[in-house]
Amino acid sequence: MTATTQGGWLLVMALTLPAGAMLLAFVAGGRHARTISLAALGLWLVIAFAIAAQVQSGGAPLSYVIGGWQPPLGMALRADGLSAAMLLTGAVVLLAVALFGRTPYDTPRGAPESRAAYAFWCFVPALAASLAAAFLGGDLFNLFVALEMLTFTALALACLDGRPSQFKSELRYLLFALIGSVLYLLGTGLLYGAYGTLDIALLAGRTRADAPTMVAGALMTAGLIAKMALFPLHLWLPPAHAGAPAAASALLSGLVVKGAFVLLLRLWFWVLPAPFVLGGASVLAALGATAIVVGSVVALRQERLKLLVAYSTVAQMGYLFLMFPLLAAADAETASRAWLGGVLQAISHALAKAAMFLGAGLVAASLGHDRVNALGGAARAMPVTVIAFALGGLSLMGLPPSGGFSAKWLLLRASVETGQWWWSLVILAGGLLTGGYVYRIVAAALSAPAPGCMARPVPRAQEYCVLALAVASMLLGVLPLYAFGLVRVGAP
Amino acid sequence: MNAGLLLDLLLALAVLGTAAWTLLARTAFAAVIGFVATGLLLTLVWVRLGAVDVALTEAAIGAGATGVIILYVVARLRGGEAEISAATPNPVQRILAALLALAVGGLLAWGVLNLPDPAPSLAEAALAGTAPLGLGNPVSAVLMAHRGLDTLLEAIVLVFAVLAVWSMAADHRWGGAPGPVFPRADHGPLSLLARILPPVGIVIGIYIAWVGTDAPGGKFQGGTILAAMWVLPWIAGLARPPSVTDWRLRLMIAIGPLTFLGVGLAGFLIADGFLAYPAGFAKPLILLIEAAMTLSVAAALACLIAGPPERRRRA
Repeated sequence: MTATTQGGWLLVMALTLPAGAMLLAFVAGGRHARTISLAALGLWLVIAFAIAAQVQSGGAPLSYVIGGWQPPLGMALRADGLSAAMLLTGAVVLLAVALFGRTPYDTPRGAPESRAAYAFWCFVPALAASLAAAFLGGDLFNLFVALEMLTFTALALACLDGRPSQFKSELRYLLFALIGSVLYLLGTGLLYGAYGTLDIALLAGRTRADAPTMVAGALMTAGLIAKMALFPLHLWLPPAHAGAPAAASALLSGLVVKGAFVLLLRLWFWVLPAPFVLGGASVLAALGATAIVVGSVVALRQERLKLLVAYSTVAQMGYLFLMFPLLAAADAETASRAWLGGVLQAISHALAKAAMFLGAGLVAASLGHDRVNALGGAARAMPVTVIAFALGGLSLMGLPPSGGFSAKWLLLRASVETGQWWWSLVILAGGLLTGGYVYRIVAAALSAPAPGCMARPVPRAQEYCVLALAVASMLLGVLPLYAFGLVRVGAP
Repeated sequence: MNAGLLLDLLLALAVLGTAAWTLLARTAFAAVIGFVATGLLLTLVWVRLGAVDVALTEAAIGAGATGVIILYVVARLRGGEAEISAATPNPVQRILAALLALAVGGLLAWGVLNLPDPAPSLAEAALAGTAPLGLGNPVSAVLMAHRGLDTLLEAIVLVFAVLAVWSMAADHRWGGAPGPVFPRADHGPLSLLARILPPVGIVIGIYIAWVGTDAPGGKFQGGTILAAMWVLPWIAGLARPPSVTDWRLRLMIAIGPLTFLGVGLAGFLIADGFLAYPAGFAKPLILLIEAAMTLSVAAALACLIAGPPERRRRA
């Protein structure tokens, strides 16, 4: 039985505050939308911090029973360490990206409302609400609604530029996302038919390895990995993420794909029966390993900076799947290491990738193009951005001291300890390939400007937003491991 | 074989037949007709299963509103045959897609046939939880109380959807009214319908939304009818939609979720917490939410049908 815990009301606030802000911004529009949105995101960060502090200090998940209706009839919001850590990451990234967006999505006093600015300031709190629903939801159908919220938000953010050329790749993205949603929903229906409840806590440990459960697990997994762009379902991601404006790309690559990741973890390690997890984990990891190699190699060959960063997302998402076989076949201590490694990878990638997409956007704005081979002079025109980009790259490569290093080191250790050494080869190879493409960009940016190259200065405030994200991704690696006790609260 | 079983068998065959017809239709227009027919037959299936609420929703949203939107798309795609054939998958891709769909369908069938019988169900619990709220329709109790958060979030998604559609507009058209301008029809069936139907339709829409708490019906079904009563005079050229920057239109779209959210949060003060209703006051509060939501559903659906602004803003 779920009971509302102390501080459970914070979960309600984390969900309703950005949702309400979105509705108010939608009605008010213009300059008000920006004010409402920024204020809500600031408060949201405070709430996310309070939830993380409460989970960490209490050492137990928070929960809130909606309307006092107990599951299975009613439903509950829950925050374990995973939810709290992802919520905090989401709040940091969203606030940084929103502050970055103050320049491109500015509505001067007295000017009429513009389409892109209005959509941006409405969809930023909308994304916050969607992420809160995805991270805190305790019911599989409620999580479906969260997926729908994420889909609409992501699609609109990707089309923010309003260029017709972008619509084609976004339409493909929409099809992938909708098929993913349908598969997830079909699985949910089967699970309800089999168990009469969709509450994750009630399903945990009770599912049988029978036909409906296996089919549901397969359909829902397929739907979620389509949304996470796992190889070979990754083709929609690079054009969709690279074609969006910088602030939107940062949110799509950093946060939106992580929503489906949290759902996949909930499904595999709470709901599905052990035989399914043991049998399927290696398949997921093999696809993840392929994504790491293929994504990195293709990234290495890209001519355009934004496409390169987008292919790097395909590769970095691959790492998240390596934790599945490590968790499934390990003693408690090693499993805990694999869990921490996987979640840290999600967090550090969110921060680093958001920084890199924003950085790439500033470079493109300054030089007027984003061809990797013609980045000469970029470091001279915007040293802060290039440093931030390089720091984000270090985290992706997994060099110490960075969040990416801690994540990859933990996964590496767990793979050796469980005797699955082949995954460690993939981790190392991925690190080298990542080093290759990050070096390519940084070396080009540091080279002398080509004759006739005119780098326009970019607003300093925007550069600092990029730097803040990159530094946050580095700081994750400096924190001692006990600070991540948070992530272990309520872990499977 | 008894009559009921025969009817079910015929219905099932008819649904499969219209679905196949939709897939095989040579023109997009014929496919839409097939799609709407499939939706209407599905409505009958839901009635046969005793799910009248679902049947109403399927008729209103699945066949009605979606059919109108797709039909509108087909009309607007005229002249774009080259682009359409370029984007149409080749036979190999189609066969692969068909195989994939068959595999998923087969898996699903295998799963469904192996479900426990009798299925575990929350129907008893939902029925027991209906009367204390003062409601007569258990579906309303589930939607507004037991799983109120789902409904609240779906209501918010509707606002996301309208904004997403609006944001596809060209920059210079921002501030214009949504959708194209239709020439004013003063003669003919459309003009007649657009003048005669709305007064009746509005009453029916409000009635269906109103009875939802005690009988099949509710905000989504009623709101759809109201939206249709607005769309009719619009395509007949008799009414003009307000600008997307008009705060009154925006408030109409957002008032439902805002009211729902407000009542939900008020639960912290007047009841046992978020989305809880105080004893004895559940029904009036639920009716208040339903009324605001009906308005929002109607406005949002009308805006979804009309599409992004297509005219320059008036100076």
